[in-house]
Amino acid sequence: MSAEVIIEARAVSKWYGQFHALKDINLTVHKGERIVICGPSGSGKSTLIRCFNRLEAHQEGEIVVNGVALHGRMSNVAAVRSNVGMVFQHFNLFPHMTVLMNCMAGPMWVKGVPAAEARQTALQFLERVRIPEQANKFPVQLSGGQQQRVAIARSLCMKPDVMLFDEPTSALDPEMVSEVLDTMTGLARDGMTMVCVTHEMGFARAVADRVIFMDAGQIVEEGTPDAFFRNPRHDRTKVFLSQILKH
Amino acid sequence: MLYPDTVEAEVLVHKPWFVATLFGIVLLVFMAFNMSGTGFAELMRPVIGEPSTSGLYGRFAIGFAIAVIFTLNVVLIGFAPLKLQIGIVWLELLLLFIAFFETFHLSLPFIREKLPFLISQGVVTTLYVSAISIVIASVIAVAGAVAKLSNNGFAYAIASFYTSFFRGLPLLMQVYLIYLGLPQLGFVINAVPAGILALSLCYGAYMTEIFRSGIQSIDRGQWEASRSMGFGFALTMRRIILPQALPVIIPPTGNQFISMLKDSSLVSVIGVWELMFLARTLGQKTFQHMEMLISAAMIYWVLSICLELIQSRIERHYARSKVR
Repeated sequence: MSAEVIIEARAVSKWYGQFHALKDINLTVHKGERIVICGPSGSGKSTLIRCFNRLEAHQEGEIVVNGVALHGRMSNVAAVRSNVGMVFQHFNLFPHMTVLMNCMAGPMWVKGVPAAEARQTALQFLERVRIPEQANKFPVQLSGGQQQRVAIARSLCMKPDVMLFDEPTSALDPEMVSEVLDTMTGLARDGMTMVCVTHEMGFARAVADRVIFMDAGQIVEEGTPDAFFRNPRHDRTKVFLSQILKH
Repeated sequence: MLYPDTVEAEVLVHKPWFVATLFGIVLLVFMAFNMSGTGFAELMRPVIGEPSTSGLYGRFAIGFAIAVIFTLNVVLIGFAPLKLQIGIVWLELLLLFIAFFETFHLSLPFIREKLPFLISQGVVTTLYVSAISIVIASVIAVAGAVAKLSNNGFAYAIASFYTSFFRGLPLLMQVYLIYLGLPQLGFVINAVPAGILALSLCYGAYMTEIFRSGIQSIDRGQWEASRSMGFGFALTMRRIILPQALPVIIPPTGNQFISMLKDSSLVSVIGVWELMFLARTLGQKTFQHMEMLISAAMIYWVLSICLELIQSRIERHYARSKVR
């Protein structure tokens, strides 16, 4: 692959006290790539993507995002973060602002975009996640699936180079999972670079360029969805897949 | 509102056992007090004869009459809709208070004569001293709360020393310390600024804790979402965290404001001509203490009610985003 590198992690390690949460992680994300990270709970997958916008600090190794190395003394962390969109498991919308304002806030306050322009962009992305009619409601008035789609629109309004999804459908009712996955699939079709932590294997199979399986802080297996689901090489992967695909 | 259950229970004040118990208690209480010297006993004269010689029968009859009136009143109010109930109960309690003050035989002309000065000098001073102190205390509180939550050792140490000291000393002592102590250091300070300083520092310390708990009550996810979009600390605090913390902060802060309004009376000890000071001095010459004290009490109450109303308006404003 010759495309430009968006995220590069080299020999990344992280500890929580004595607990070794990430062990020697190496991962490269190219522009336009869709990567799905899966693994059992506690395997470090959320921790890893939270390191990519430095919501978490890594202690060893190097993470370079858009050419900027992330470390504890960086002065331009805001610039990096504003180019990396993040969607959380629990949405984390700003409950005291309308849906529209949630989407306008970032561009206005961080990038200094004029209100009228921010508004137009916000409406455009709300249209894209198919909830323009909810623009003037407050987040609590929306269903979980709608809130998560607003959260996606809010991130998109910052025009990020890469989107990180941290278990975006785990807190949703089954019916609402598909509306969020449809939105994400749409994004993938349009060429957005995405790193998704998710257990939605159907989504991984349909959308991912690469599936990464993590266990106990390590990347155990990595491959195209086809290879990953048909011929998992490691026993740990086989057990995981048989558990998750059993039902 | 408490959580409203969907199953309707019978109104408490219409349950026979409750009415009977209430009746019995009121009867016993008023029998226990000797009411034969009161105006109510005079009204009962046709039934009980000369009140002072009516004995146990008289006491029973008086207690019985009061218990009937009281219980009937409660049962009847029970039929009224909620808003009317609240209104009637407020009115009745107010009437009881007025009846209580009646027994002091206050000189109304004296009050009418002194009231304008009590308001133009006393209330105005009380209001501006408290208003300035409230503003300064709020600023201190935000800074103190941020300092107490920060990782900076100096900031934390200063803030926690400050809250510990000013919450630990009686306000009266702080007023004296600032007014009499600062001149020792070479700062001669007037009574009004000294009072404002003492009130601000004391209430700033309490409000620091209120603000800190309000800020801490906001979910971590709000910080994470803000940070992930590139918001800095000040922006996150001002636009995301504090607006959400306000609904948590406002009720106890309203409490503090009301409390400060009344505690501003403590600065009267250093000779600030505020409401309490005037209430004590105006009545002194003619020994009409009660007139002035009760007038001042009523004025404090009215001012507090105004603050309560303002507080409930603000609370309603911030309840918007919680409406489903």
